[in-house]
Amino acid sequence: MSVDKSTVARIAQLARIKVPEEDLDALADELSKIVGWVEQLDEVDTEGVAPMASTAEGTVLRQREDVVTDGDCRDDVLANAPETAKGYFVVPKVIE
Amino acid sequence: MANLTDLTIAEAQAGLAKGDFSSKEITEAHITAIEVARDLNAFVTETPERALADAEASDKRRAAGNVGALDGLPIAIKDLFCTKGVKSTASSHMLDGFVPPYESTVTSKMVEAGMVMLGKTNLDEFAMGSSNETSYFGPVVNPWKRNSDDQPLVPGGSSGGSAAAVAARLCLAATGTDTGGSIRQPASFCGIVGMKPTYGRCSRWGIVAFASSLDQAGPMTRTVRDSAILLQSMVGFDPKDTTSSEMPVPDFQAVLGQDIKGLKIGIPSEYRVEGTDPEILALWDQGIKWLEDAGAEAVEVSLPRTKYALPAYYIIAPAEASSNLARYDGMRYGLRADGDSLAEVYENTRAEGFGAEVRRRILMGTYVLSAGYYDAYYIKAQKVRKLIADEFSSAFETVDAILTPAVPSAAFAHGEKSDDLLGMYLNDVMTVPASLAGLPGISVPAGLSSDGLPLGLQLITKAFDEETLFRVADILEQSAGFTARPGQKV
Repeated sequence: MSVDKSTVARIAQLARIKVPEEDLDALADELSKIVGWVEQLDEVDTEGVAPMASTAEGTVLRQREDVVTDGDCRDDVLANAPETAKGYFVVPKVIE
Repeated sequence: MANLTDLTIAEAQAGLAKGDFSSKEITEAHITAIEVARDLNAFVTETPERALADAEASDKRRAAGNVGALDGLPIAIKDLFCTKGVKSTASSHMLDGFVPPYESTVTSKMVEAGMVMLGKTNLDEFAMGSSNETSYFGPVVNPWKRNSDDQPLVPGGSSGGSAAAVAARLCLAATGTDTGGSIRQPASFCGIVGMKPTYGRCSRWGIVAFASSLDQAGPMTRTVRDSAILLQSMVGFDPKDTTSSEMPVPDFQAVLGQDIKGLKIGIPSEYRVEGTDPEILALWDQGIKWLEDAGAEAVEVSLPRTKYALPAYYIIAPAEASSNLARYDGMRYGLRADGDSLAEVYENTRAEGFGAEVRRRILMGTYVLSAGYYDAYYIKAQKVRKLIADEFSSAFETVDAILTPAVPSAAFAHGEKSDDLLGMYLNDVMTVPASLAGLPGISVPAGLSSDGLPLGLQLITKAFDEETLFRVADILEQSAGFTARPGQKV
């Protein structure tokens, strides 16, 4: 299946990446190439096969004790923030 | 005394133990080597002051008779590992200036073992690439050159800076990470040993995530023994990574020097991929012969769905990446661009922060996960992944290890494959299958192309059988007797 310009614009919006109008055609072309190529998987009979999300699937997920393991590091957490004030992250205005 | 930058880890350990030189001396030698070779662009961040402080502390520990497994050894760290107080960028504009307040589990184990950290090595942006040309900090130059021309070649990727630094003797060893071949492919391009352990051996905690079901850290070294030594200090159970394995960790060096008489080595004909350099196929045949001469038995195995591994990978890895990289929103760390609304801040930040390849993969991943395509692409790829893993499992019922080429070609020139998207992806065709199955793999330098470039062979074993992997790799290394080294001219 080929990926058209409007599909690229839609997934770019879903991915929250601004894609300039002039890039859309080239991206549609590139993604179409990749999608066309991965579609060879249709040749593989996967009837009744369980999808594999992880090679660690067989192992049982551990549970840890429900205790505090971290904390008291507010300044560390904020150290890389683009903008902070009074010990908080500052984000753009969300509610008009 | 031999040049201190030419030593293997094992030799350096012996020299330090005997007092032939101090950690400070071997560290200074490497700091100078890094300065001289800056044109390679192997490092994003050099940390000479930190290295000298580490070295002095190590020399003090040694004087007090208290040394760790990596004590005093100058090592470089791929800039995908978060290192406390040292800028960690993933070679992305998005994280330029990010200074982690914590240390990744793997590097903290290495620090505990006494390593001297020389700096952070260049990589493809967010580890997405096979040539180290997608780095925000510019491409890395392979220290090797073709006999026939003087063009700068790529070191492979994504761990290209680490591979170039090890090959050019800028560090004794380096860490890499491997999602679809990012340790093994650059190791082959640069004539070094690159090893990806079983998924779960190394904790992923504190390593910038690309595709979480595939990402694994591993050692990049000049010898198989060094690989075993470094791996020993990287692995181990970590409660902070839910996929970290609780399997007991053996002594990886213990198997070196053992013979391989009677071992069965699987040879999968499906790795005779169309377009593979005939020299590489000849080297593969030579590798089979070496292992047979050492008493192993070569057995044909069939992995019929090998050709579908790469397309499955290019659905699964971008899908996981699109999810993992959603965290870069410009709010808590990293780049923030201006915008008139919150949505626009997100969109502008991510447009500015991500390079072309990362953007392409996020879009591809978003596409295959989006409503209406999820089953057709993502679930389909996961089913194919299962079939590929099962094929390996069946093969390992009859063989102890599998031998294949590590790459379909030798290193290529900068820009040579930039316009050929799928051609670039094909670099990982030999390494991706083991990644999908979570199996350990190692690339061992086995020969030179007729144009003078290194070529690697790959060994794969069943999960958590790194011992057999190292045991066979050791024999392969001895048989190949690879002593060529790059001219170091740039």
